[in-house]
Amino acid sequence: MASKAAAENVGKHRGWESLNLFLNKYGIVLILLAMLVAFSLLSEGFFTARNIFNIIRQISFMGLIAIGVTMVILTGGIDLGSGSVLALAAVLATSLAQLPESATLKYAGLSVPIGVPVLVALLIGALTGWVNGALIARFRIPPFIATLGMMTVARGFALIYSNKPLSQLTPEYNFIGQGAIAGVPFPVIVLLVVAVLTHIMLNNTRFGRYIYALGGNEQAARISGVNIDRVKIGVYTLAGLLSGLAGLVVSSRVGSGQPGQGVGIELDAIAAAVIGGTSLSGGIGTIWGTIVGALIIGVLDNGLILLNVDQYWITIVKGTIIVVAVIIDQRKNR
Amino acid sequence: MGEETVLVMEHISKAFPGVQALSNVHLAVRRGTVHALMGENGAGKSTLMKVLIGMYLPDQGEITFLGRRVKIESTQQALRMGISMIHQELSPEPYMTVAENIFLGREPLGRWGLIDKKKMVADTRALLERLEIDIDPNTVMRTLSVANTQMVEIAKAISYESRLIIMDEPTSAITDREVAHLFRMIRALKAKGVAIIYITHKMDEVFQIADEITVFRDGQHIATVRAADTDRNSLIAMMVGRELTNLFPKEEATIGEVVLSVRNLTRSGLVHGVSFDLHRGEILGLAGLMGAGRTEVIEGIFGIQPIDAGEIYVRGERVRIQAPADAIQHGMALLTEDRKLTGIMGVLSVRDNMMIASLGSYTRGGFLNRRVIDETCGREKSRLELKTPHMDQLIKLLSGGNQQKVLVSRWLLTVPDILILDEPTRGIDVGAKSEIHRLMSKLAQEGKAILMVSSELPEILGMSDRVLVMHEGRVGGEFVRKDATQETIMRAATGQRVAA
Repeated sequence: MASKAAAENVGKHRGWESLNLFLNKYGIVLILLAMLVAFSLLSEGFFTARNIFNIIRQISFMGLIAIGVTMVILTGGIDLGSGSVLALAAVLATSLAQLPESATLKYAGLSVPIGVPVLVALLIGALTGWVNGALIARFRIPPFIATLGMMTVARGFALIYSNKPLSQLTPEYNFIGQGAIAGVPFPVIVLLVVAVLTHIMLNNTRFGRYIYALGGNEQAARISGVNIDRVKIGVYTLAGLLSGLAGLVVSSRVGSGQPGQGVGIELDAIAAAVIGGTSLSGGIGTIWGTIVGALIIGVLDNGLILLNVDQYWITIVKGTIIVVAVIIDQRKNR
Repeated sequence: MGEETVLVMEHISKAFPGVQALSNVHLAVRRGTVHALMGENGAGKSTLMKVLIGMYLPDQGEITFLGRRVKIESTQQALRMGISMIHQELSPEPYMTVAENIFLGREPLGRWGLIDKKKMVADTRALLERLEIDIDPNTVMRTLSVANTQMVEIAKAISYESRLIIMDEPTSAITDREVAHLFRMIRALKAKGVAIIYITHKMDEVFQIADEITVFRDGQHIATVRAADTDRNSLIAMMVGRELTNLFPKEEATIGEVVLSVRNLTRSGLVHGVSFDLHRGEILGLAGLMGAGRTEVIEGIFGIQPIDAGEIYVRGERVRIQAPADAIQHGMALLTEDRKLTGIMGVLSVRDNMMIASLGSYTRGGFLNRRVIDETCGREKSRLELKTPHMDQLIKLLSGGNQQKVLVSRWLLTVPDILILDEPTRGIDVGAKSEIHRLMSKLAQEGKAILMVSSELPEILGMSDRVLVMHEGRVGGEFVRKDATQETIMRAATGQRVAA
């Protein structure tokens, strides 16, 4: 009798546990779905294929940076420089992709293949990331400080390089942000490909598991033979590369490279990672979680604008959601 | 005893998961005396003191202080009642001044509730002068030497005007001159009627300063004696005299050639010229008291901390080890002392924790071979009788013994020749403990060389073919299995010449 009651109790307990596990794992997806349903009911124009693609294209630049910063946060670090690196990559790349007859020509008569600006953007991104990584790993500068420095330095370089917008770009360049393949916007494809590749890298390569190990317990990882300096430098370099890629996409999307682009985007990216379940203490987080987090921010922005909510209120709602997400995360990890 | 007794602790018991730290212990301390607490590491001295100052709540027992039954629930409460403690691990506020440290939490307030810094500095100066400690109250704490930091802590504990002061190994960081100074201060306190509980491993000090001595062992009260009525040998006998039980003794293994040689290993201030050889099939026990430098030797060998001098040879060849990765490369494995701090990656899965050191052997074309990894994990799970629902379980949710098995597995998967095990069975239950002992024995038979650090003498005696005893950063004695006894090891560990 008693044992039967106990068994039932255990059963109930298991039920609770698995519900908890389910909510821990899929809670944010449920929140995203609830938001989709709510906005669809409240606004007619919301749930159309056009608007949904619009949302994903809106978040694609931020999403790329969020993927990079997720990897960084997984190691227990942070990257505050991504917005500035985005701008630096954008002005460098667009200066090499202007039409010969542009009014704001940086290099007169320059006509280089599309591969050059693309490569330059990616390389400058990777280089800034490498510098971050080297400062953090070799000189033991806290990531917050190293990337805060990069935030102002990269912005400064972008402004020195060009203090005015570089527009009138080649059609090939404009395709990156404005084109579509089989009806799917190209930026959306870029984001998906990067997300899938990163997911595979994190789960199925040694480097990926070392990223988690570093955030899980850096000292234990080192004693287990992990070259932690190399992993850190690699992670920041990758994050920088993705910032450079975001610079390409964003400048192409708006048709001009501007030194003031991407201000504050790193904070949205960090928010996306955290809403998506990435723990700021490292070791916990997934790419698909971050993508869902970015979608939540995108849907919120888009839905509230469609409902004619004041822009200032939108920022307040966003800020509140971020804090609530972290509170939930803290409770989960207790 | 009557009125003279300041403190009586009776029937105190305290259990932690897997360990009975104190069982039905009692202690009585008289006014104006120094009462020494002695015992091996883990005997229960510190736990009892933490119960006394309210850091731990006892599972049962009564405390009578100054004739009144009390229930002590916080260190603040203990301080208010008149009990202060000098902790073994110093924890000053490094960026505050000496005066601010001494008055932390009880700063004198002036007008408008602001801190009266002048008074604080003047009071500190008066206190330090009275105690003849030559330190400026305005010095920033972190610029002080370890010895001076210790002196400030002592001054701080005295400044509470407590009726009872607990000193947990107060001389571990200070020189002979300062020890003499401390003893002068202690005698002055005694004269004023203050009672002192003095925890130490050092025999010399006990006979210099203590009036009474209580010996603990395995969480039990063994004896309380007057210092005048006893001697070193009987104290040592009381500290170690237990039956060897619950142990799985090492089985015979063929001891082969030397695989690891350490020569003149030196780390400034911590390790002084340590040399030894480790053979195939051998378990070499590294014994010593806390702070003797055992872990520091291992950190040097494994490349966790840089060494200042010395050579390391693996199978006769000189090797340079600058990082743990180099040590692993040369066939070494290290199970660290602090499982939580340097062992497990708590928020990661059992699988990740098990595979981290050997992932390189499980890749194919740059990608991890998940099938082989899962097979390996499954095999390890049944081999070590690992209790986990699945390999995706977060390791922090396993018991200490099972976490330790995962870590053992992590290292065995690197197929090492030399296993360094730092306190391999600390804080795990008896069952898991004997399983790990059995495994060690088997590994030695397979020809692995094992260096085992342990603070538990029965473990050292039961498992080791040979024992090195460290004392103050040096090798204080070496014994082959048949000559090693609890008494000989304890003598070497407390720095007494090994009598023939």
